[in-house]
Amino acid sequence: MFKYIVKRLLISIVILLGVSIIIYFLVRLMPADYIDNRFASQLQNPNSGINEETILEFKKLYGLDDNSFMGILRGYFSWLGNLVRGDLGNSFIYMKPVGQVIAENMWISFAIALVATVLQFLIAIPLGITSATHQYSVRDYVTTVLTMIGISLPTYFFAYIAIRFFSVELGWLPNSGLIDLSKNYADTFGGQMEKFGDILVHLILPIFVTVILSIGGLMRYTRTNTLEVLSADYIRTARAKGLSEKKVIYKHAFRNTLIPLATLLAGILPSLFGGMMITEQVFSIDGIGNLAYNALRQGDIPFVMGYNMFLAVLTVIGTLLSDIMYSIVDPRVKLQ
Amino acid sequence: MKEQQDNNLEIGETVGLDNVSTEATMAAETAEAAEAAERQGGEERELGVAEETYKEMSPLRLILRRFFRSKLSIVGLVMIVALFLFSFLGPIIYNAFDNVPWIHEAHEQNLTLEEAVDRSYHVELAPPTPQTMTDLDGNTFTVTEVVELENNTGDANKLMDPGEGHLLGTDDKGMDVFVRLMYGGRISLIIGFIVVILETLIGIVIGGISGYFGGWIDNILMRVVDIFNCIPTLPILLIGSFVIDSWGLQPDQQIYVLMVIITLFGWSGTARLVRGQILGLREQEYITATEVMGFSPWRRIFKHLIPNVMPQLIVSMTLGLGSVILYESTLSYLGLGVQLPKAAWGTMIALAKTREVLIYHMNVWLPAGILIVIAVLGFNFIGDGLRDAMDPKARK
Repeated sequence: MFKYIVKRLLISIVILLGVSIIIYFLVRLMPADYIDNRFASQLQNPNSGINEETILEFKKLYGLDDNSFMGILRGYFSWLGNLVRGDLGNSFIYMKPVGQVIAENMWISFAIALVATVLQFLIAIPLGITSATHQYSVRDYVTTVLTMIGISLPTYFFAYIAIRFFSVELGWLPNSGLIDLSKNYADTFGGQMEKFGDILVHLILPIFVTVILSIGGLMRYTRTNTLEVLSADYIRTARAKGLSEKKVIYKHAFRNTLIPLATLLAGILPSLFGGMMITEQVFSIDGIGNLAYNALRQGDIPFVMGYNMFLAVLTVIGTLLSDIMYSIVDPRVKLQ
Repeated sequence: MKEQQDNNLEIGETVGLDNVSTEATMAAETAEAAEAAERQGGEERELGVAEETYKEMSPLRLILRRFFRSKLSIVGLVMIVALFLFSFLGPIIYNAFDNVPWIHEAHEQNLTLEEAVDRSYHVELAPPTPQTMTDLDGNTFTVTEVVELENNTGDANKLMDPGEGHLLGTDDKGMDVFVRLMYGGRISLIIGFIVVILETLIGIVIGGISGYFGGWIDNILMRVVDIFNCIPTLPILLIGSFVIDSWGLQPDQQIYVLMVIITLFGWSGTARLVRGQILGLREQEYITATEVMGFSPWRRIFKHLIPNVMPQLIVSMTLGLGSVILYESTLSYLGLGVQLPKAAWGTMIALAKTREVLIYHMNVWLPAGILIVIAVLGFNFIGDGLRDAMDPKARK
């Protein structure tokens, strides 16, 4: 087991190197050059003291001057060298170390994802099980169709519908940001509690959208697994012993349907911490996904690299964890 | 499922009456009937009929039969066929309406309807009424105001409500929403199919080679697959689209590059699937037989192994179509996919970013979203139906 994990981790390093090379080269090819963008307006103005030469100087300073293959390669190795020393570089647009920006802003994304994931499991698993035990019934068809519609909805489209209906039509919920900008929160305990409450209210719609869109996958997964378990021999034995249907399903079948779900749990790591680009953008929440989107738009290379590598590391760890989890919950599986 | 039971009963009776219905068309029903009969504890004589007639069903027929048994797959098929008719036949029908002012104008300017802007600007004026005036001298004369209206003022009919001439109104540039939905459908469906086919081809080659040869080839190829699997899809697609955007291509050329980008970061799943299947198949006797017969590895992989992976591949292709359409529309929504004046569902929904459109002009963005849902849902239904129909475990 230990040997297996070490081997997997070593392979992961190779994979991550490959990922970083591909992303770095693509990012460097991006047109949105941060320096060009930033000084574009000053360049028009002859009095600002900014001309082509100073811009080139700045580019040199940021390591963006040489866009030939060798130049990008050199840039990659200096990025990699800094990474080995634990330095992800400074974000151009947020003016802070990339690691710090990620650490500061991922919690709001994490909070949304955590609540959404818990709700998703709480809703999808019972739905999947009832759908399987009542296979081909009206209930099965209705839940299947509704959850499939959930999977098929584009995030931004459903978010707009939710905003249009709950926020504009009914006026129940706010549609963007985290706090009410028109309010002044007192620096007392009561004021802070009010602010906290406001944040919660602002998070309802994003969480609602995320949950609705993600129930489908998990529900269908549970349904398929339950169907498989229900056709197993030991379920027939349990029924033959004369156990009640309730006992058969919730005591004998349910536990085994949880096996694949446990592995799924480890695999959702990236979506828990990685933020949701589209949802955060529609609801203008400054989570890590939205920050990354803005960084992409403005050619903030260190942040884009840092963010993508963060996601890649989470994916690698998630896959490894789910493999380990699989061997833990199902002793028949041997890791090698 | 009630219908199916009725069906069973009915045919069960027929078999009971005369068990000579061995016609090819009846084969499927008879097999099922025999199954039903078996369940009812039928006589041995009837089971004999089942064995005899079962042979006459080709695997394809069996799959089709099981596919059409599920109501959801039929619904999915209807949705997709309707969508195809809407997007590919719709514009042709529309082009025939030359008496609608804006369509007529588009024809005159040699524009496709997709790119046509409705400029048939007209202001409703009160009918000219003669006014009688009297001057200081007491002379009376009548004045009729004549207003000259230029038909083409250059102003577009923006954000019109649904009505005459525009079934679903116009968007913020004065383009017809309904027509753009059709063209957007064309692009989404074409991109979906081409990307999925390309992905599958790459997946078959890489997965086939990797699974068949094993060893270090497998090791290297699978690490490459791992790398592509680990790259976060949406961010890398965004970065890729930014790069394409800077090349300054024509909108229709850009669509082709977009397909390449989506393919490039989407084939790894298929490769994995093919490899996994081939690893299992490779150990079977019929492959040993091809080895003994001295076939080349190339022929063994692509002629004897891959066809056996096809059922799983077809399912994953169908389900993949939905996700490709979602990715394409997301990119278009972010302004990085299909570019104006080409129509795409994603760009149409993006108009809802403006509060005015979001609240007062739902006719602009709501239908596009509904069409995306129909497309993705349809492909998902068909994929699920095919999976159930092709599942070897279900073949009893």
